Amino acid sequence: MILMHDVVIIGSGPAGLSAAIACRENDLDVVVLDEFPKAGGRLLGQLHQEPTGEWWNGVKETEKLLERANMLDTDIRLEVSVYHVEKVDDTFNIFTNKGTLEAKNILIATGAAESAAPIPGWTLPGVMSIGAAQVMTNVHRVKVGEKGIVVGVNVLSAAIAREMQLAGIDLHSMALPAANVITGDGSNPIKVMDGLARIAHLAPSKFIQFGSRFARASAFVRNTAVKFFPPGGVKMWGMPVHIRKAVTAIHGEEKVESVTICKVTTDGDPIPGTEEEVEVDFVCIAGGLYPLAELAAVMGVPFKYIEELGGHVPVHNEQMETDVEGLYVAGNITGIESAKVAGAQGTVAGYSIAKHALQDHSLEENITNAMEQVKTVRANASIQFHPKIDQGRARVAQAFEVNAINSDK
Amino acid sequence: MTNNRIVDHPVLGRLADRKEITFTFDGTEYTGYEGDTVASALLAHGIRTLRVHEESKRPRSIYCNIGHCYECRVMVDDARGVRACLTPIKEGMVVSSGKGLPNPLDASIPPEELPRTYQEYEEQSKEGKGDTDA
Ligand SMILES: Cc1cc2nc3c(=O)[nH]c(=O)nc-3n(C[C@H](O)[C@H](O)[C@H](O)COP(=O)(O)OP(=O)(O)OC[C@H]3O[C@@H](n4cnc5c(N)ncnc54)[C@H](O)[C@@H]3O)c2cc1C
Ligand code: FES
Repeated sequence: MILMHDVVIIGSGPAGLSAAIACRENDLDVVVLDEFPKAGGRLLGQLHQEPTGEWWNGVKETEKLLERANMLDTDIRLEVSVYHVEKVDDTFNIFTNKGTLEAKNILIATGAAESAAPIPGWTLPGVMSIGAAQVMTNVHRVKVGEKGIVVGVNVLSAAIAREMQLAGIDLHSMALPAANVITGDGSNPIKVMDGLARIAHLAPSKFIQFGSRFARASAFVRNTAVKFFPPGGVKMWGMPVHIRKAVTAIHGEEKVESVTICKVTTDGDPIPGTEEEVEVDFVCIAGGLYPLAELAAVMGVPFKYIEELGGHVPVHNEQMETDVEGLYVAGNITGIESAKVAGAQGTVAGYSIAKHALQDHSLEENITNAMEQVKTVRANASIQFHPKIDQGRARVAQAFEVNAINSDK
Repeated sequence: MTNNRIVDHPVLGRLADRKEITFTFDGTEYTGYEGDTVASALLAHGIRTLRVHEESKRPRSIYCNIGHCYECRVMVDDARGVRACLTPIKEGMVVSSGKGLPNPLDASIPPEELPRTYQEYEEQSKEGKGDTDA
């Protein structure tokens, strides 16, 4: 016979771990599953300087969460991949590479994945996503190469480029991906500039200062800035950042040897005759993040496309409940935000699950406080991936209400 | 072997001494550290190529490094299609690179001579046409 758990949590990132802690504080029988060999999710690799000058060190933050989880005897199982989930009557069946688990409740906290920004030659060894470089550098402490280039200019790639520099890895520059049907806004200098203006309040740097001058400027002024963007790029910690140059191709026989860069118009169209070849031995592609939500889709949770949250998100309410009774979501699966927000959402989900499992209404207060905490953390976030997060969140909550009314009819 | 390791780091500090672990990749012995994945241990030795594309035989390496893209499929002991970026190395582990597969549609065959049925494919294979060196 299979043991029936109170809750199985899929994902041991900040959301999953925080939820597990809240559940264990209420003495629920919890199992946390993660396919990565270390707990902590994408928090592990994070390393940035807060505007106060303090370092946000993901390894240390993970240790803190794990210490609390271990003190509460939390059952965390690593190297376990969940490939399917089903609900039969009131029981969730969780199918993994190491057998099937049964639970009365589940929390899907699978986080985010990186969008592809394919450019010719991107399958060559030495080309990797920007997140791959983050994990190699800060988690495994292995250099991804001698000299590289970052393709894609956004908040995540700027943060990780800095992390590579700190680790002594030489970067030639950052530039946009050449425009194609998939790269979209990431190839459009004006859109990229809008994005940079939004992160202007983040970590102190020359580049960010450059962006901040345009943060509150009119669209006209910003477009002018794009038009007259310095041909040598704007230096960030000594490395040129280009928004009027794009990488059009990656070359090499058995591995990356060079890339072609060319100038682009303010709309991102390549300007013929401006191509130059740059020798590099690795390339990091940064196409942005989207919620990793397949398991919620398999369960039949309704979805809504919300640009501000990074893509299709499972519809849920502020208590982190979905339409499927006993199924909860938290963290980046509900929208792309910083690890602190993901953790705060996990706490909400944990208390919601405890309330449901124990039918204990005295937990209402914990839930309300935890929901307030999410808002506070969000308002003070030093990293923000998308503007208008609040509006995006409101639209999801509204979608949940509409679904609830419709199913009552 | 430590030349690709980030030993000293201004914020994360000095890399702690960890237990050495020996494994093989395509028959050659390599040493990594406890906590390494197959992908990180090999990259520390400068090895990027983990497999070749099944059809084109072009070299492939990690792409996402966190289990999402399946670009890093290798064979570990007897299991095929294992993600190198999620698999911790273990003492004595036998890892081999992901291999190409026979491809009946050899690019050197002109389109008008490509087999139209399985029978024609078998006949051509007997004549030594097609690409069978997996
Ligand atoms: C590559 C990458 C880099 C990032 N870097 C930063 C950064 O520098 N700064 C920042 O603020 N934010 C960063 N983020 C955003 C990040 O998503 C949040 O900061 C935060 O980590 C989200 O927490 P989470 O708990 O929702 O998910 P995660 O931290 O992503 O944790 C999810 C966990 O679920 C596991 N998982 C997923 N699917 C399965 C499955 N089917 N079976 C078993 N386990 C599964 C994963 O292995 C992972 O450990 C990054 C995101 C990515 C994808
Ligand atoms: S590199 Fe993407 S799954 Fe391993």
